[in-house]
Amino acid sequence: MGMTFAEKILAKYGGEKKVVPGQILTIKPDHLLMHDNAAPIISKIQPELKEYGIFSSTLPVIVLDHVIPAAAEKNAVQHKQIREFVKKYRIKHFFDVGCGICHQIIIEKGLALPGTVLLGSDSHTCSYGAIGAFSSGIDRTEAAALLLTGETWLKVPQSIKITLNGRLQHMVTAKDVILSIIGDISASGADYCSVEFHGNVNQFSIEERFTIANMGVEMGAKNAVFPVDDVTVNYLKLIKILKSKYTAINPDDNATYDRELTYDLTMFEPVIAVPHSVDKVKPIKEVEGIEIQQCLLGTCTNGRLSDFQIAAKILKGKTVHPNVRLLILPASRKIYLDALNEGLIKTFIEAGGTVLPPGCGPCLGAHQGVLAPGERCLSTSNRNFKGRMGCNEAEIYLASPATVAMSAIYGKITDPRKEARK
Amino acid sequence: MKIWQYGDNINTDMLFPGKYTYTCNTPEEIKPHLLEDLDPLFAKNVKKGDLIFAGRNFGCGSSREQPVLGIKAVGIAAVVAESFARIFYRSSINQGLLLIECPEAVRAYQQGDNVCLDVEKGTIMIGSTTFSFPKLPKEILAIRDSDGLLPYTRKKIRRKKKQ
Repeated sequence: MGMTFAEKILAKYGGEKKVVPGQILTIKPDHLLMHDNAAPIISKIQPELKEYGIFSSTLPVIVLDHVIPAAAEKNAVQHKQIREFVKKYRIKHFFDVGCGICHQIIIEKGLALPGTVLLGSDSHTCSYGAIGAFSSGIDRTEAAALLLTGETWLKVPQSIKITLNGRLQHMVTAKDVILSIIGDISASGADYCSVEFHGNVNQFSIEERFTIANMGVEMGAKNAVFPVDDVTVNYLKLIKILKSKYTAINPDDNATYDRELTYDLTMFEPVIAVPHSVDKVKPIKEVEGIEIQQCLLGTCTNGRLSDFQIAAKILKGKTVHPNVRLLILPASRKIYLDALNEGLIKTFIEAGGTVLPPGCGPCLGAHQGVLAPGERCLSTSNRNFKGRMGCNEAEIYLASPATVAMSAIYGKITDPRKEARK
Repeated sequence: MKIWQYGDNINTDMLFPGKYTYTCNTPEEIKPHLLEDLDPLFAKNVKKGDLIFAGRNFGCGSSREQPVLGIKAVGIAAVVAESFARIFYRSSINQGLLLIECPEAVRAYQQGDNVCLDVEKGTIMIGSTTFSFPKLPKEILAIRDSDGLLPYTRKKIRRKKKQ
C-alpha cells in the first residue's frame, strides 16, 4: 500500500520506512519560523540559553512583520530584544522591519523547499505547502523548546485528497476556490488532517497555490500541500534554486485517504465569507450592495504581484468611493518594488489608496487601519473573526483581490465581473 | 464549580483578542482580557476548579498561546469539547492544561447537571451518566505530566548533558 504526502515525508524525517496515521514520531525540522513573538519566546528560556546556547544558528528564521514599524514603546522594546538576540547567537536568517511578511519571506528567499519540513509559531505556517513542503503552526512554548533542542514530536495525520477539475472562469480566483472549499467542508472540516490538492492544479501559479495553502488552517488542516510540478520547478529556478538542491516528495498513486473530495472549478464563482466565521461563505450575488467603509488589499493571503495586477487592472483610471479607505498591503519589499516598477502602486495611489509598509498591518487589529464600531471592512486577508481588526462591533468580509478592488470603487460589495464605471 | 458553556468554532480572537497579542504576555496581563469579546463576565467571575464546555473546533485560528496560558492561570480544571483545533490542542499539552475531547458528554450536559471529573480513571460523569475519554499517548502524557513542555525540555537537556 502506498503512502500519502504527509506519511511519506514524516516517515523520512522520523527515520521510519512506513508509518500510519496516529503514529507519533520525533522529527528535526529544517527551519523554525518566528516573528515579533520571538521576544516572548526567548524570554521564556533565558537561563537555558545562557547555560546551553541554541541548538543551531541556521534553524531559526526570524522576520519582524506583525507590528511594524513599532506602534508603541512595548513593541519597539521587543524588536530591540530580538535584534540583540540575533546578534548574540549569530542567527543566520533574520529579516528586519520592512522586508515583508514572514510567510512570503520564507518562500521568496527559498527557505522552504520541496520535501522539507518547517514549523513556525504562526498558524499560517501551512502556506509552504504551495511549494511542496510540509509546514505547520505551533505555539510559542514549542518554538522555545525547539530553539534549545531542534526536535519535537509530530503525529502522522489522516489525509484528505481534494481533486480540482476543470478551469476557473473570468474573474474567479484562487481565493474564491479556497473560500468555497472551506464553506463546503466547514472551519473544522479538515481538523488535524493533511490536505492534498490534486487534479488540474497545473493552472495555478505558486502565488495562487500560496493563497490556497495559506488558508488550510482556516478549515483546521495541519498542512495543505500541492504536488511539485513544472510550475514549482520553474518558480524555484526564477529565485535561483536549482533542481539539485531539493528532493521533491509526491504522494503515491495508491495512497489511502480518510476522505476524497472532487470539485469542478468551472462551476465556481466569486464568493464572500461573511462575519464572523471563515466558513460562512456566500455567492457574491447574495451579499451585493452591502456598504463598506474600508477595503484591505494585501496580506500573506493576497498581497503578491499577481493580486496587485488584477486589482490595478480594475482600478486603473478609477477613483475609490469617497466613503471608502482603500489600504494596500504588499506581502514583501520585493513585491512592493516590483509593483512600483510596473506602475501598479501609482494606479492605487491615483485611485485614492493608501500604501502600508510590507507587514501584517491591520489584519490582526494591532494598528494601521483598526475599525470603529458599526464599520465594515472588505478584506483579502484570511480571517473575519469578531474583533479581529481591533473592534468587536465591526464586521469583516473576506473576498478576492478582484472583488475588493471593484467594491472599493462602488463603496459597496460588488461583483468583479461587472463593468467598472469611471 | 461552575460550567462555562459555549458553542462551536470558539476562535482564539474570542478567547484573547489579537490587538493585545504583542503587549500582554504574562498570566497577570492576560487574565483581564480572557474571553473579552465572547463573554465579558468570564474574567470577572471565573473560579479555580471551574470547567469550560464547548462544541466543535474549540480554539481555532491563531497560534497565540495566551488563551491557553490564561485559561490555565485562572484555574479552569479542564476544557471539555466536541473537538479542538490542533494548534490549541498541542499548546494545551505544552502548558499542562487538561483538554477532554468527548462529544457525548458535551451533548448530554444540561444546565444544572452535576458534573464529576476523574482524570485518573479518564471518566466524566454528567448527571447520572458516566462517559470515558481516551488517555493521551504515553510520549505526550509525559509532557503534560511534567507540567508542560518547558519543564519537560529542561529535564531532557540536563539528562543529555550528563551523559
